[in-house]
Amino acid sequence: MLKKFINKSRIKSPWIVHFDCGSCNGCDIETLACLTPLYDVERFGIVNVGNPKHADVLLVTGTVNHRNKKVLQNIYDQMPDPKAVIAIGACGLSGGVFKDAYNVVGGVDKVIPVDVYVPGCPAKPEAIIDGVVEALNKFAEKAEAAG
Amino acid sequence: MEAVILALIGLVVAPLLGGLLAGIDRRVTAWMQSRQGPPIMQAFYDVAKLFGKEPMVVNRWQIFCAWTYLLASALSVALFFAQADLLLIFFVQAAGAVFMVMGALAAKSPYSQVGAQRELIQILTYEPLLILVFAGMFMATGSFNVGTIFAHPEPLIAKLPLLFIVLTYALTIKLRKSPFDFSTSHHGHQELVKGVTTEYSGPFFGLVEVAHWYETILVLGVASMFWATNVFWCALLLVGTYFAEILLDNATARMTWRWMLKYVWSIGLLMAVVNLIWLHAG
Ligand code: SF4
Repeated sequence: MLKKFINKSRIKSPWIVHFDCGSCNGCDIETLACLTPLYDVERFGIVNVGNPKHADVLLVTGTVNHRNKKVLQNIYDQMPDPKAVIAIGACGLSGGVFKDAYNVVGGVDKVIPVDVYVPGCPAKPEAIIDGVVEALNKFAEKAEAAG
Repeated sequence: MEAVILALIGLVVAPLLGGLLAGIDRRVTAWMQSRQGPPIMQAFYDVAKLFGKEPMVVNRWQIFCAWTYLLASALSVALFFAQADLLLIFFVQAAGAVFMVMGALAAKSPYSQVGAQRELIQILTYEPLLILVFAGMFMATGSFNVGTIFAHPEPLIAKLPLLFIVLTYALTIKLRKSPFDFSTSHHGHQELVKGVTTEYSGPFFGLVEVAHWYETILVLGVASMFWATNVFWCALLLVGTYFAEILLDNATARMTWRWMLKYVWSIGLLMAVVNLIWLHAG
């Protein structure tokens, strides 16, 4: 019963850490818009904790480049399991308009495993919230499979 | 025997109440910001989730300190319910608070270090106030015993109005609410990240949260002694005080520790002393 409650709680309390990898800030503004009274993600228990050690979900916006790929990896490693990663915007998915730039590595999944991809340039807040919900379902499945 | 049963009731009921209060707190805050806010049970979900996470620590001290903090705050609540001596409760609670800081100091992260230093200053600020409140209660009722104070025939607030205000300062600091929330900021994406709790993670952060619920209930318990003669007025006093805390939290910004020390010590100590002199003279 306790296990069940914990699994249920995982879905009900996703704490988020948002990392701006190399975004043009378009996607960041949309991500932070989710916290405003209009979208109010706290309804779902979502909190922007700003601390990888407390977070369950990592939101990454923007392209990965050679300079910040280590930082991205570091943040990912600091998060205790179970965790999920969401790549946001065209840039986070593949590199977007910056794909061919000399310093760009590509999408987030070149460095760390990504669970959910949220497309858009910039991604809409609704789509981002949807992405988080999708990620939660995924790691509930993972937790169930692990027993 | 009765004391043991009361203590056990306290141990079980206090975290339930504390968690519920944390949920209601977030709901009311959301309402003030014209948002809907999380479910009332949110605090329990959060903690259950934290307990389900992988244990990850910087070093073993954190495990020890998180557990000691929890044990000390649970013990102080149990002692309160068992109607023990106020001074004993005070020292047990203070020991717990210091262990929490030690755990934060055990990690080298600058956020954790800064948070720990600030937490120490907060402890330094509110502990003398608490002692003065207890001293006032002793002068009014002639005892430090929780049971005797509760049995006092008149409401203490009539004799100790200023000391009640002094206690609310301590309450605001203990609840980590603005303008005194600088040892751990409520919103982690700011300069301090999560301050003193930054380096606690997973189940150990869960322990710290539960310990925090215990402490909240303890301070509210002390506040309830101010109107122990009538259940209705006592409830009204507590609800009113907590609502004022939330309002203050939403209406003020975080200040600096220098300001807190100056303001709380000057105004707080002055009020406490005036109240004590008045009590002594009258
Ligand atoms: S996807 Fe578009 S809006 Fe988002 S970071 Fe890239 S360029 Fe900016």
